[in-house]
Amino acid sequence: MFYRENGQYKTSYKADQALFPIVQDRIFIALVMAIAFIVIPMFASEYLFRAILIPFLILALAALGLNLLVGYCGQISLGTGAFMMVGAYAAYNLAIRIPELNLLVVFLLAGFITTIVGMVFGIPSLRIKGLYLAVATLAAQFFMDWLFSRVKWFTNESSSGAVSVPEIQLFGFSWNSPVQKYFLVLGIVAVFALIARNLVRSNIGRSWMATRDMDVAAEIIGIRPMYAKLSAFAVSSFFVGVAGALWGFVHLGSWEPAAFDVNRSFTLIFMVIIGGLGSILGSFLGAAFIIFLPIVLNQIPALFGIPISTATAAHLESMIFGALIIFFLIVEPHGLARLWAIAKEKLRLWPFPH
Amino acid sequence: MSARKIGEVILKVEEISLAFGGVQALSNISFDVREHEVRAIIGPNGAGKSSMLNVINGVYHPQKGSVTFKGEKRAQMDPHKVASQGVARTFQNIALFKGMSVLDNLMTGRTLMMKSNLFQQAFYWGAVQREEIKHRERVEEIIDFLEIQSIRKTPVGRLPYGLQKRVELGRALAAEPTLLLLDEPMAGMNVEEKQDMCRFVLDVNEEFGTTIVLIEHDMGVVMDISDRVVVLDYGKKIGDGSPDDVRNNQAVIDAYLGVAH
Amino acid sequence: MGSFIEVVLGGLMAGLLYSLVALGFVLIFKASGVFNFAQGAMVLLAALAFARFSEVMPMPLAFILAALVMVLVAFMIEKLVLRHLVNQEGIILFLATFGITYFIEGAGQLIFGSDIYRIDLGLPKEPKIILESTFDGGILISIEDLVAAAVAGFLVLLLALFFQKTSTGRALRAVADDHQAAQSIGIPLNRIWVIVWSVSGFVALIAGMIWGSKLGVQFSLALVALKAIPVVILGGFTSVPGAILGGLIIGVGEKLAEVYLGPIIGGGIENWFAYALALMFLLFRPEGLFGERHIDRV
Repeated sequence: MFYRENGQYKTSYKADQALFPIVQDRIFIALVMAIAFIVIPMFASEYLFRAILIPFLILALAALGLNLLVGYCGQISLGTGAFMMVGAYAAYNLAIRIPELNLLVVFLLAGFITTIVGMVFGIPSLRIKGLYLAVATLAAQFFMDWLFSRVKWFTNESSSGAVSVPEIQLFGFSWNSPVQKYFLVLGIVAVFALIARNLVRSNIGRSWMATRDMDVAAEIIGIRPMYAKLSAFAVSSFFVGVAGALWGFVHLGSWEPAAFDVNRSFTLIFMVIIGGLGSILGSFLGAAFIIFLPIVLNQIPALFGIPISTATAAHLESMIFGALIIFFLIVEPHGLARLWAIAKEKLRLWPFPH
Repeated sequence: MSARKIGEVILKVEEISLAFGGVQALSNISFDVREHEVRAIIGPNGAGKSSMLNVINGVYHPQKGSVTFKGEKRAQMDPHKVASQGVARTFQNIALFKGMSVLDNLMTGRTLMMKSNLFQQAFYWGAVQREEIKHRERVEEIIDFLEIQSIRKTPVGRLPYGLQKRVELGRALAAEPTLLLLDEPMAGMNVEEKQDMCRFVLDVNEEFGTTIVLIEHDMGVVMDISDRVVVLDYGKKIGDGSPDDVRNNQAVIDAYLGVAH
Repeated sequence: MGSFIEVVLGGLMAGLLYSLVALGFVLIFKASGVFNFAQGAMVLLAALAFARFSEVMPMPLAFILAALVMVLVAFMIEKLVLRHLVNQEGIILFLATFGITYFIEGAGQLIFGSDIYRIDLGLPKEPKIILESTFDGGILISIEDLVAAAVAGFLVLLLALFFQKTSTGRALRAVADDHQAAQSIGIPLNRIWVIVWSVSGFVALIAGMIWGSKLGVQFSLALVALKAIPVVILGGFTSVPGAILGGLIIGVGEKLAEVYLGPIIGGGIENWFAYALALMFLLFRPEGLFGERHIDRV
């Protein structure tokens, strides 16, 4: 009843191709934006920003990058953690060695550097089919683990690869309180999400999906599979690199290679699967899910008066992740995003059954 | 029969031989196709018809022989290069992008005509949006032509077989090709659907002047709509001429009746 | 020279241990077309089960029970996962094995505990010194590793014979090629899968016992699977002898790289050398040493 499109007809292709053609969707998004930009900063606690919102946004950005590669272009990457690492250390080196650089420029450059590194690992894998790219990215993961621990130049001669960054100064202001950090990250992530949405509905996005669905047919209508896969890899690496830089600078403050280890890579894959392959919204939903699950697992048993040790909670978390992955792959490969879309479809008809 | 005036030779295959491992798929095949005509390739199953289309398309590279298109001779070429020369095709087993809607599938057919680059597309509004709308308009003309307006937003995987074949034709047409290769476009269709498809094929040929090479098993269709016919059997050419010539060719009759040869 | 041989021998032995895990991979891939990322988790689970059982009962009994656990796991995997993903693309199945990995790791440690446990197979821990007359100081050989080598060799022979000579083996190969086609000629997919995953679980148990005896049973055992991936790439996804040869090459290569390249570029090369080698193979010989060439038909 509320979600009916009746009466909303489009009189131009431009209107039909708008980001949110249905008025109710537009209202909803406006509400979300209002909450994100106005309500939350007014009422949220420091803990909320530091432990939940900021990591959520940054991980969502990384998941978004990964989703472009895996969900839209059908290429799998198991080394996302490594590329976040590259972004983080690249940003660190830029900030330390060229302190005059604007921090946003640092982040963007870190993204570009990650893109180049990503291409180095991605290009050879273009000759070979799907699963093999998984190996190349896994190799990248272990290689980067090693590189940033052993090669002293990257870490300013730190013995273990651990580095820490100075306070964030941008445009003459200090952005170090949780609220300020939140706004910084929110702004960056919002822009990137918009870029992702634009790419996906343009020619390049269609060529990614065509390559994913049937690369032989794609080639025959003129899409060059090589270019499609490479561009997906490049854009994905850029997003992931920036996310890595943000993770290090804004969220962690100081880090070592282990912060971006193979577990991080797998967690990101889970976000993308659970959230929904091939969906922008899905990347956010997946990130939210992964952030909230450990918290829920820690709090709920306490609510019921059953204490569980952190080790047990960790094991349960593993089991639940595993079970959910399988569940989503079997029941709804398009993840939470599809469930959301189905809910919207039902809303269209509500309160009528069909 | 084509109402358009048939022009000069636009496609020529000469002495094409293609083998996979020990299997000789095509042996020394030569024929030509004239502009604006409807050329049928027929023959029993396994005769090498699809392989012949694949060679024209650049998907298979023949060990011997050459393909000359629009006067330009080529031995090996990648499929996307061939596409950029103005060749489009459909497949025996539908090769649509199952994860995308009908509209998006047709829009992918326009890919070679889209000029914007990655950076422009990241910031959609402006040139990219105008380009998208321009191509959308052309694609909508094809949607009208094929009468598939009601399903334009449906994910292709959900459509019945007959409609999927129509969408695939649409995608090929979206590229505004000079040469259209159709691999059994009427396979698996009932009489009504076949009539519709025939009508579309003829309309494409008459209205747009597209040269058509078509593989088809339905002899009625072949005799009705083609200008000339090539007959293959076991990878060799056994007939080439007008439908009537071919119909009366003893070798062709033997091949279809399965007479040992 | 003596130390070089030691390094090589050590590498060969370590390589064989990788091969044991890789064997499980190959089995499952050969028979169901699934790239089983959960192989390492299975090794961990099997080792945990065996270690804990043998704390309270004699080893042969513990062995049987642990094997039963693996059969149960195979059964559940077939019933809850594989059955529902029949004829999905490889990537979906691969991601599903991710899920299985995490689930088994969590469940295994929840049930059997997450401390480090010892497995004592009664093998002498001290290395023997041989060939003292030929080489200065002799060459160190570990009896444990020799036993592992013998076991691995025996398993390979058994499995190779099984696949080539028996009708079940043939059926398994048919299934790997095309699930639906195999089903349509009456091959009972469900039973086949349970058999295969059980056998693979059994191989995981053997691997787990040997690895566990050598390194102690702990979570890092599951990460061994990650090492086995390059082994399978080198050897070819569908080749049982390939898994052995691949393991040997990786084992020796790693050790040599660590000892001779390490001092130059920095230690810890072992962690990624295997992958670098695998990548080289992917570039120049993607089907591995013994794998099957894949031809795509349009």
